[in-house]
Amino acid sequence: MTKSTKKITGADVKGFILDNAVIIMMVAVAVVVGILHPNFISAYNFKNLISNTAVRFIIALGVSGCLITKGTDLSAGRQVGFAACIAATLLQRSDYAQKVFTKLPELPIAAVVVGLIIVFSLIGLINGLIIALLNVPPFIATLGMQTVIYGFCLVFTGAQPIGGLRTDYTNICSGSLFGITWIPYLGVIALFVGILMWVMYNKTPHGKSIYAIGGNENSAEVSGINVRKVKIMVYMTASALYALAGFLLGGKAGGTSASLGQGYELIAIAGCTIGGVSSNGGIGKVGGILVGVLVFELLKIAMQFMGVTTAYTYVVQGLVIVIAVAFDIRKYVAKK
Amino acid sequence: MSEYLLEMTDISKSFPGVKALDNACLRLRPGTVHALMGENGAGKSTLMKCLFGVYTRDSGTILYEGEPLNVHNTHDALVRGIAMVQQELQPIPDRSIAENIYCGKYPVKKYLGMKFVDHKKMNEDTQALLDRLNMPFDAKQKLGTLSASQMQLVEIAKAVSNNAKVVIMDEPTSSLSLKEVDTLFDIIRTLRDQGCGIIYISHKMQEILEISDEVTIMRDGQYIGTWPASELSTDDIITKMVGRELTDLYPPKISSPGEVAFEVTDYTSIDPKSFKDVSFSVREGEILGVGGLVGAQRTELMEAIFGLRSHTTGEIKLHGKTIKIASPTDAISNGIALLTEDRRGSGIFGVLSVEDNISVASLRDYLKFRAFLDEKALAELTEENIGKLSIKTPSTKTQIQNLSGGNQQKVIVSRWLAKDPDILIMDEPTRGIDVGAKYEIYCIIRDLAREGKSIIMVSSEMGELIGVADRIMVMCDGRVSGFVSGDDMNQEKIMELAVSFM
Repeated sequence: MTKSTKKITGADVKGFILDNAVIIMMVAVAVVVGILHPNFISAYNFKNLISNTAVRFIIALGVSGCLITKGTDLSAGRQVGFAACIAATLLQRSDYAQKVFTKLPELPIAAVVVGLIIVFSLIGLINGLIIALLNVPPFIATLGMQTVIYGFCLVFTGAQPIGGLRTDYTNICSGSLFGITWIPYLGVIALFVGILMWVMYNKTPHGKSIYAIGGNENSAEVSGINVRKVKIMVYMTASALYALAGFLLGGKAGGTSASLGQGYELIAIAGCTIGGVSSNGGIGKVGGILVGVLVFELLKIAMQFMGVTTAYTYVVQGLVIVIAVAFDIRKYVAKK
Repeated sequence: MSEYLLEMTDISKSFPGVKALDNACLRLRPGTVHALMGENGAGKSTLMKCLFGVYTRDSGTILYEGEPLNVHNTHDALVRGIAMVQQELQPIPDRSIAENIYCGKYPVKKYLGMKFVDHKKMNEDTQALLDRLNMPFDAKQKLGTLSASQMQLVEIAKAVSNNAKVVIMDEPTSSLSLKEVDTLFDIIRTLRDQGCGIIYISHKMQEILEISDEVTIMRDGQYIGTWPASELSTDDIITKMVGRELTDLYPPKISSPGEVAFEVTDYTSIDPKSFKDVSFSVREGEILGVGGLVGAQRTELMEAIFGLRSHTTGEIKLHGKTIKIASPTDAISNGIALLTEDRRGSGIFGVLSVEDNISVASLRDYLKFRAFLDEKALAELTEENIGKLSIKTPSTKTQIQNLSGGNQQKVIVSRWLAKDPDILIMDEPTRGIDVGAKYEIYCIIRDLAREGKSIIMVSSEMGELIGVADRIMVMCDGRVSGFVSGDDMNQEKIMELAVSFM
């Protein structure tokens, strides 16, 4: 265990590089782009990166529980979009001409957030019940939920964009702590959620049960874990996080429409997987998920700075998913 | 050419944290059956996997027909005439027997310059092979229609189908009935007479002494020696495998059963083909053995008592009070534990650490501030159990899948000891475990009984039931056919009861 006294060999260095390939790649990209475009390393850009990552991180944390229990949640993106639309309609300026609910009084923001989380937990409950009680495969159950939620969202918004948000709402999502540009509120909120989830995964029986179910569902049942209850709670937690993410995203963009959130579940799943969450279940760490999501956002912004067109950005992102996972997975594949 | 078909010399292989093979050797003569023996974790399977190309050895040489052999994958090995019947089957149940046997080497015919699978040839060749080996199956039959033991025979046919010169059999009889073992031995003798070398891995002493010509024994990844089978007795083999004299196979039966602790009355399954009208009781400090043939529904009964399966009628009383068990959670909260028969399927959490595997059932007993895990206490619990049951593991954070079968079983036993149950149901507690670890498990069971716990031990090994249990309940075809105790506890009496309803 006394690593400090051990001599560092070439194999150790190679192992370190391979084991941390994703992080090293990320730093390298930042340095190169930073040298070529000094604006890249600026407080404003940093804030931009953190804000983007923050929302994605919260969504990815939601999906992570589903992935670790060998499930998935394809309804994540649409739930985020729906939550954003609901939050936006409830928090419009009273003087805004196209206000959806004209007679709505000025609601406290905290009440809106808590209300959203409760309502979306119920959506998660439905997902969980379908999966845990009716034994519908998570892929199918949440695929159905994805479509249903989108339909409801179109009905709810009348397929019209929603604007005119209250400034106290948008300030939370675009402002910074103590006015320091590079500490956006979004980053602080995401950090707080990350810590909560880390504690849940590592320090509570519920968290250990999640890993156990992913590791071997039969053994978990024999060991007295209430598998159905844990799974239902995983999907409820996930939806609660989507609600929060949707609320933040609506205010950050300054307006929403039903199309918001499309495909976010795939970005979240990619982030988790890049961060070492095993699709075979039972493995996944909060820190890894953060790195996975960060890599994605960093690359996107770096490419914008480099003047790469959006079309090529997709190509690179796709390649990164596969390459990063190929590097990362060697840590878990038993050496033969 | 040398007198050996295969010479493996000084083979070493390390895994992270474990030196699995340390200069292991094996010399196989053509036309012989060579038994490879050792405790679980001695490195037998690893050595064979190095030969078969599943693992790459770190060092050492392999000479095959006098030439150096370097295979990098199983396909290479098969092409060179080395075949292996794996310990764990890898069947494709929804395809035919022929397709399973020819999986990956389908015979092809060319048509318009393109290759197509020649189904006719494949089916005919398979049928010929099955007939030659006296296996009464149809080549076109779906593999899934066969029983587990019949599939095992097909697996052997698959290994032989390649005209192999070396056939490795890793615990081939673990799921075979006596009659099927005879069939297997006929096949082995046929192969031997054709000049094949057969490497035979098994824990069953009688089999080894019956079928093999030479015996190589390994211990802790090292080569201990090779002897003609005719010069060895069961005791010699055990002593050489364990490295010490094993005077007793079972700990002494010291028990003074107390009050009736656990009573099951008229338990009947929801499935008409499973157990019916089962009634029995266990006293405090008593070990109740449960015997019977495969298919006697013993496992199903135990799983139903534990709340994993449904029952229609019946009642369970714990210390005289009627309790309701609808799920394992109910059972555990009433102080009942079940060590399942299928360690891999419903016992271990392969990717989780030894510590997580030990603590998983008792996490809620180790809380601080009523919500958070007391990690220090959990670490102590783990260390304590590793010491108490002498579990061999590089660290508490090692994934359990890297441990040997016996050590995995001890980890699961620890999991239940941590819950301190009053009633401990153990279904085949020593299956697939070596002699030394078996004795340790028996001692643990006896110690628990001495502490006043009630133990129900299901076992298919008659010697184990007679050696460990205070009383034996025998089941046949889902019903209790009788109880034996005291002087009645002998093989004949148990066997008679086990077939009484047939």
